[in-house]
Amino acid sequence: MSADTYPPQSYFAAGYGPRAWFLTTDHKRVAWLYLVALTAFFFIGGAMAVVMRLELATPQGDVLTADVYNRMFSIHGIIMVWFFLVPSIPATLGNFLLPLMLGAKDLAFPRLNLASWYVFAFGSLFTLFAVIAGGVDTGWTFYTPLSSLYSDSYVSAAAFGVFIVGFSTIMTGINFIVSVHKLRAPGLTWFRLPIFVWTMYATALVMVLATPVLAASLILIVLERVFGIGVFNPELGGDPLLFQHLFWFYSHPAVYIMILPGMGVVSEILPCFARRPLFGYRAVALSSMAIAVFGFLVWGHHMFVSGQSAYAGVVFSFLSFLVAIPSAIKVFNWTLTLRKGHITFDTPMLYALGFLGLFTFGGLAGLFVASLAVDVHLHDTYFVVAHFHYIMVGGMVTAYMGGLHFWWPKMTGRMYSELWGRIAAVTTFIGFNLTFFPQYVLGYLGMPRRYHAYPAEFAFWHVLSSTGAVVLAIGYVMPFFYLGWSLLRGSAAPANPWRASGLEWQTASPPPQHNFARTPTVTEGPYAYPEPEDER
Amino acid sequence: MSWSIPFMPEQASNFAPGVDLLFYALLAFSFGLGLVLTFLVVRYSARYRAGSRADRSGRRARSLRLEIAWTAATVAIAFGLFAWGAVLFVDRNKAPADAIEIAAIGKQWMWKFRHPGGQREINELHVPVGQPVVVSLASQDVIHSFFVPAFRVKQDAVPGRTTRVWFTATKPGRYHLFCAEYCGTQHSGMRGQVIAMQPERYAAWLEARSGGEPLAAAGERLFRSLGCSGCHGAESRIPAPSLEGLYRRPVPLASRRTVIADEAYLRDSILQPQKHIVAGYGAVMPSYDELIDEDELQMIVAYIKSLAEDREP
Repeated sequence: MSADTYPPQSYFAAGYGPRAWFLTTDHKRVAWLYLVALTAFFFIGGAMAVVMRLELATPQGDVLTADVYNRMFSIHGIIMVWFFLVPSIPATLGNFLLPLMLGAKDLAFPRLNLASWYVFAFGSLFTLFAVIAGGVDTGWTFYTPLSSLYSDSYVSAAAFGVFIVGFSTIMTGINFIVSVHKLRAPGLTWFRLPIFVWTMYATALVMVLATPVLAASLILIVLERVFGIGVFNPELGGDPLLFQHLFWFYSHPAVYIMILPGMGVVSEILPCFARRPLFGYRAVALSSMAIAVFGFLVWGHHMFVSGQSAYAGVVFSFLSFLVAIPSAIKVFNWTLTLRKGHITFDTPMLYALGFLGLFTFGGLAGLFVASLAVDVHLHDTYFVVAHFHYIMVGGMVTAYMGGLHFWWPKMTGRMYSELWGRIAAVTTFIGFNLTFFPQYVLGYLGMPRRYHAYPAEFAFWHVLSSTGAVVLAIGYVMPFFYLGWSLLRGSAAPANPWRASGLEWQTASPPPQHNFARTPTVTEGPYAYPEPEDER
Repeated sequence: MSWSIPFMPEQASNFAPGVDLLFYALLAFSFGLGLVLTFLVVRYSARYRAGSRADRSGRRARSLRLEIAWTAATVAIAFGLFAWGAVLFVDRNKAPADAIEIAAIGKQWMWKFRHPGGQREINELHVPVGQPVVVSLASQDVIHSFFVPAFRVKQDAVPGRTTRVWFTATKPGRYHLFCAEYCGTQHSGMRGQVIAMQPERYAAWLEARSGGEPLAAAGERLFRSLGCSGCHGAESRIPAPSLEGLYRRPVPLASRRTVIADEAYLRDSILQPQKHIVAGYGAVMPSYDELIDEDELQMIVAYIKSLAEDREP
């Protein structure tokens, strides 16, 4: 290992004081700012989930009052969706890696990048203030007229905070789109981009196109609450269902904001630890774009029993089955990537394999809720809760953890305990399934979601689920400690500990302030993993 | 507390077997595909672990034939599953004409029901087995959802409009009625029971509860006391469209459109009379939005609907 693996000009060396962090325009430091903020929100939102599962361990409401329980799941949803999942991979790993993967010095608009973090911090803290002031009890979905006319909680403040955070999402999206278009290194053509960059690009498009609709619908709620204008109020000629159309026109594409980046991370990890190229690279790249486009056309599948016309339901169901196809294709491609590889099972790979299983079972459950007659029964039950947690937590959070472990040596220049990493990966997989698989059964039995108390016959599955939640929580807390330890005491990481392909591994760990000593030139496609024999 | 382990909800309506069959098919497909993929991942992981001596010759990073094959198979299966679910759904869209019509109102946090003979109940709904029942749903405040798991039916009750759900109970018993759409503080307390009874017992139950005024009759009384009959009555001198036989007929509007006089139309015409002006009449009717509540609205609508039934041969 040559001495220049740890160049003195590592991006950490550019400054250690608060100024160097809070006034930085270095995309790598902004990624850290986000990582710290998101970790805090992940644990706040997670703690609320644990308290809810504690409440649900018995059929009666005995730990919390109904009012507090309702505020709990509302703020759990708001935090986890907007202050964790939407920014999770894009704002942390994406911010850190996109310029490195493009062979660029930084994102296209470094100051906009820092601004996005301040906007995020302001908006999310504003919402947190609403929680401390008394909370919000409308669910993260803010359905009207409950939110606009009936709730006496801090709806306007919470909605305003989410509205503000939306701008940071749009800023990140614009930055990523422009960077991918304009900052690719010489020779880095579109079909030489890693899938992670493709998914960041697809995600950024959705962010920029969908988020304004969320902003509009939240503003309309605030206007109706404050000025009593009749947009959703039927007594003034408004339509409560209009809100659902607006909300899901954003929130369904947002589901893809919350999974596409995970797909990108896994598409990097699997080839690396199988030592072979990603199977069907072009199909995976194009299916990411297909998901981003079709994702805009399926919002009505949240409204099959809302009073929407039955024929609209048929069209939305059809389109929802259509959007399942590119996801299925990706799963097949990931599986085939393992074939004839030289597979090792380091921590990132364990998370990636966990993702593959959990995403598949979450995605297959999507067929049940896309199917009209079955969804009539399943809508608003725990089946839906299980389905989206399999995708959002089993899929996205697992991929996020996998990505964090995969690129941790690059981000910090330190290695972590491989043993603890593997234990945590296996623990979360077991805990996750124990928590959420029983919820599929509960849902088909007819257990409605957002219930503070429930009939005793559902107790068995709820107890199982609550037990799983404890295991899952342990699995998520572990990395906090051993990664923290690694940051302080971990052994130094080489530039490329996984022998991975990709531009980000060709610079030092941690990278210098401007990423590359000189701009790299790309001459081959991604995932150029040779046979191990050839490496000798 | 009961610790028996339930796996499937009871089947107690005409819809339950059809929905369950599709559910089982989806389950078989999902577990089948899931198992194949799990098998492949485990097999590849074991066989191609680093250092194993497995044959790795002829490895490829793409195979157009394979990719086209699995894409085509996925498309075919997706369309098949879609069509199955859609046919069941569209089939249940129209309630049979001879269904017993029950008016339901959801409010924070209870269900109120009224039978055609005027019998009222709260959080309990008695229905006969073997006879179609249509529940017309309204809401007095926020969105609620009428959900009977054993019947596999669910329909939101939305303020400002009437929605309908129908079923035929097939097995006597008491079944959960849940509110499935989150509706505020006591959402999880907005529970009740649907009690399916043999038709003769249902008749006896109705008999024992009779004494209430039938819905349409109550509506007729309101129709007079609120002054509706002053304009819409036969001998009125103020020009207002006649309501005789109106229900389910096409109505030509001043805007040159034609609408069908369904429940939504009747509702709108009472609460927002300016929305649809009938061709040849002036926009003179005042709104009754402030004057009547959801209960009374259902009565008046029931009365206007009954004016059409009388005319049927």
